[in-house]
Amino acid sequence: MKELLRGAILILAVSIILLLINNHLSEGSNKTGKNILTVYNWGEYIDPALLKQFEKETGIKVIYETFDSNEGMMGKIEQGGTSYDITMPSEYMVEMMAEKDLLLPIDYSQIPNIKQIDPYFLDLPFDPGNKYSIPYFWGTVGIAYNPDLLDGQTFESWDNLWDPSLTQQVILVDSARETIGMGLNSLHYSLNSTNMKELREATSKLKQLSPNVKAVIGDEVTQLMVNNEAAVALTWSGQAADMMSENESIDYVVPEEGSNLWFDNFVIPRTAKNIEGAHAFINFMLDPEVAAQNADYVGYSTPNLTALDYMDPEVVADERFYPDEQTRSHLEVYKNLGLKMLGVYNELFLEFKMDMK
Amino acid sequence: MHDSNRMELWKMNKGLQRIYMLPYALWIVLFVVAPIALILYYSFFDITGHFTFENYKSFFSSTYLTLTVSSFWYALLITFFALLVSYPTAYLLTKTKHKQLWLLLIIIPSWINLLLKTYAFIGLMGLYGPLNAFLETIGIGKQQILFTDVSFVFVSVYIFIPFMILPIFNALDKLNPALIDASRDLGASSWTTFRRVIWPLTLNGVKSGVQVVFIPALSLFMITRLIAGNKVITLGTAIEQQFLVTQNWGMGSTIAVFLILFMFVVMVITGGSDKGASVHEKNK
Repeated sequence: MKELLRGAILILAVSIILLLINNHLSEGSNKTGKNILTVYNWGEYIDPALLKQFEKETGIKVIYETFDSNEGMMGKIEQGGTSYDITMPSEYMVEMMAEKDLLLPIDYSQIPNIKQIDPYFLDLPFDPGNKYSIPYFWGTVGIAYNPDLLDGQTFESWDNLWDPSLTQQVILVDSARETIGMGLNSLHYSLNSTNMKELREATSKLKQLSPNVKAVIGDEVTQLMVNNEAAVALTWSGQAADMMSENESIDYVVPEEGSNLWFDNFVIPRTAKNIEGAHAFINFMLDPEVAAQNADYVGYSTPNLTALDYMDPEVVADERFYPDEQTRSHLEVYKNLGLKMLGVYNELFLEFKMDMK
Repeated sequence: MHDSNRMELWKMNKGLQRIYMLPYALWIVLFVVAPIALILYYSFFDITGHFTFENYKSFFSSTYLTLTVSSFWYALLITFFALLVSYPTAYLLTKTKHKQLWLLLIIIPSWINLLLKTYAFIGLMGLYGPLNAFLETIGIGKQQILFTDVSFVFVSVYIFIPFMILPIFNALDKLNPALIDASRDLGASSWTTFRRVIWPLTLNGVKSGVQVVFIPALSLFMITRLIAGNKVITLGTAIEQQFLVTQNWGMGSTIAVFLILFMFVVMVITGGSDKGASVHEKNK
């Protein structure tokens, strides 16, 4: 007992010492001021070399922190006590944060580079007139698959997922809007449907998919696909790009009935301390050469039209990640359906998961 | 004079006792009473913040009742298998020479973070993992092990075993060996000795073990996703979804209230009838 106690005290003491050293080393990370900019971004979602370049060009020191979910990020900002100057929520979260009055309007006189952005990606329903947000990266939801593990099955249509040859092969994503949305899409309904009849129909169609479903999981799917453990996955284009960079056999397709078009966006939270610096950072990131280098590094699709000229033509011509007008016209951006409807989607999703065996 | 002095001392002691009680009472109020009260409070509000009984009504829909039944079923399975493995293990442990060392070896895995262990199982049980390689060498061939309810129960049992072994080991260790010798001397077979002497005397250890395993097993959620691929859904999954995704704290709290009620029932069933005490009671 005595030894155990001594051990516990020792561990505690070492932890405290390490904490003190750490605090000392990162001194100033919580201090804010004119020459410090705190960026709060998704993990592995920016080329670190660009942060260095920005520091060099402007003399502003960048503190970079990461999050792994929109909800977690908003929770932290909502609670206050943070001083993030820039963060990158997805489109529905921009709408939610604007509703909660957590964002500052963007001053476009400080962002001349806004003209580089493809007008197709501006003035969308989630943020009319781009009052609070500017698109950072965009992408689609589709099917990642590994032809090596399949007998010639292709996925022009969502209905192909229901093919009997795919028994226990399909991995779905543990997220109500994507999975129910896929069901809606396969029936040619809108992803933003609030019609209970359509939603019920989509859920019963999904239930028929259950013999083919191998699992409903989160980010673990990337590793499973890379290791040839799974053959087919419903996933985001960005995640598919990650899979493809590690396993060359994998392919990605957006079925023709249509799908979701998503965005991650620059926003300036109300708690920002260095508002001028935040604008300077956004303008810097929208610079075509910078945006091209960043898109190259991250592997997602950039909304920066001029940047495409600086990128590998092969990448830009890749219809899987830069779909043509025709495919784009089938894509839909999520609307914020309100908490009540989100509850309905999740209830139906729970029903679907319970039905799976 | 003497008496009044004594009185003073007694009063002082009483005051000291109160001061000693303070941290404990504060702890109980802050970390036990307050959270439960908050959960109860939130369970009466709907998503828009209005007072309602709707959450309780929706709990009695088929969705949540099915969830409750399936949670209970899997918790029961997990507890049963954990007990099946732990009792003989604990028994053998008490017979070994360096029993504290062996016990330590069994406890050590519980020092490793739960999430890490779970991720390790994803690798072990994968199509190209060592388990499937083994099945292939002995001629059974590759099986889909991951994302089944069998793998879910297996991993959960593995995680809970140390918590089941500890109380049973303690009960067995405290058992007076003379009682067993006496039973054998009086002609009881090993089975009768176990059934009439060892088992009743270690029942309290088993009960604590069952409590420690059954109650958390009711609300497991992370393993249901990582190992069972959401093919097993428990009340824990529903609570997580209500709080994190739907942001319906009311419904999430309502499910939590029912979980607390279920746990209370389990505590009463497994903790209530202390055998020794009841015998004592009767003798009075």
